[in-house]
Amino acid sequence: MSEIYTTDVAIIGAGPIGLFSVFQCGMLKMSCHVIDALPATGGQCSALYPEKPLFDIPAAPNINAVDLIARLEKQIEPFKPAIHLNQQVTELEKIGEYWHLSTSRGLKIRARAIIIAAGAGAFGPNKPPLDNIDRFEGQSVHYMVQRREDFRDQRIVIAGGGDSAVDWALSLAGVAAEVYVIHRRDRFRAIPESVAQMKALADAGKIELVIPYQLASLEGEDDQLQAVIVKTLGGEERRIEADHLLSFFGLASKLGPINDWGLDILNGVINVEPTTCATNVEGIFAVGDIANYPHKLKLILSGFSEAAQAAHAAYRIVNPGQALNFEHSTTSGVPALEPA
Amino acid sequence: MTTITFIKPDGERVDVEATNGATVMEVAKDHDMPMLAACGGSLACATCHVVVDESWFEKSGELCEAEEDLLDSAHGLTNTSRLCCQMKVSDELNGMAMTLPPME
Repeated sequence: MSEIYTTDVAIIGAGPIGLFSVFQCGMLKMSCHVIDALPATGGQCSALYPEKPLFDIPAAPNINAVDLIARLEKQIEPFKPAIHLNQQVTELEKIGEYWHLSTSRGLKIRARAIIIAAGAGAFGPNKPPLDNIDRFEGQSVHYMVQRREDFRDQRIVIAGGGDSAVDWALSLAGVAAEVYVIHRRDRFRAIPESVAQMKALADAGKIELVIPYQLASLEGEDDQLQAVIVKTLGGEERRIEADHLLSFFGLASKLGPINDWGLDILNGVINVEPTTCATNVEGIFAVGDIANYPHKLKLILSGFSEAAQAAHAAYRIVNPGQALNFEHSTTSGVPALEPA
Repeated sequence: MTTITFIKPDGERVDVEATNGATVMEVAKDHDMPMLAACGGSLACATCHVVVDESWFEKSGELCEAEEDLLDSAHGLTNTSRLCCQMKVSDELNGMAMTLPPME
């Protein structure tokens, strides 16, 4: 992991706008590395609404979000971008003429310019805001389950009302000593057959549905959980002794380390100069949902345009003193596709 | 014009003039209230969760199933929790107040 990649532009975020930034940079013969926290490209398109059709992409009257991402990947293929998934950019520091960037997996990249296309931030588990929850993470609070066997003969509290909560309640019922499912209401957002099975298990006394309750606090010593305190909306409290909490509230996005880079940020978006998408920090650009300016429209359409603005502005930083000949793709072709 | 009151997480009350027909989320964003509203009103997240003052909850309208589903992933829910992208400003709501939960 000691290798340091060198590139012209590092793009943070592999959603539609991050991917199209590769194209725009590529047309100006700038190389790119792309980093994303999710295990797949596509950002919100893949994580939040993969099957939803989009109707406002020019010349694509009706396209599914996943298909849009597949087409963008095809479009940038000639530029052979390096895409690093499953890791968040944790540090960004200017040393000499290069930005040095490190990720949560220890990857290091140095780049002449940075384009932030991070949407609403990096996706991670939507954590319940309980005071001491960080302390228990990894040991007794979990946002995903790797091995069912880890929970054999343990007392488990599952919080949430979606597929993950229901599926793991079913799966762990046969392994764990006790299973409690905490949910705020009677309705679960899961496959009806699974919900029916879960309710049958509850009727048979194999698991307990703790409804309508929400998580209130956690008790334990060091990183070992001892009890989960839950509350009704009326303030009625209940203490459930437990060894593990499985928290399934889906994904949430957070700016995280981006907050620490000296950027002009208000309410989760970065203010930019709209004709260049330059931020207040020289060499760092922001495009797509995360970029803000007066009358900004959070549309994929706007993001594509911002990617082009940012790429042209970044060219001056990547290639100082060099002429930039503005060319249409009909004239230039796709540079990387030309025979060597 | 309709007046809406936002109570920020630190307790500060902000009265704003809102245009009828706008969503309360749009009004909040226009006035730089501390709110993520990440999905921009497309009912794909719960980051515009607000707690409507009890006396105004009924007037705030019916919750559709999708809003209820998304509220499952919000934290610190109350009996009067709403996603404010699903509330439209009208004369009916003149004077309505709501509390914004802390961000993150």
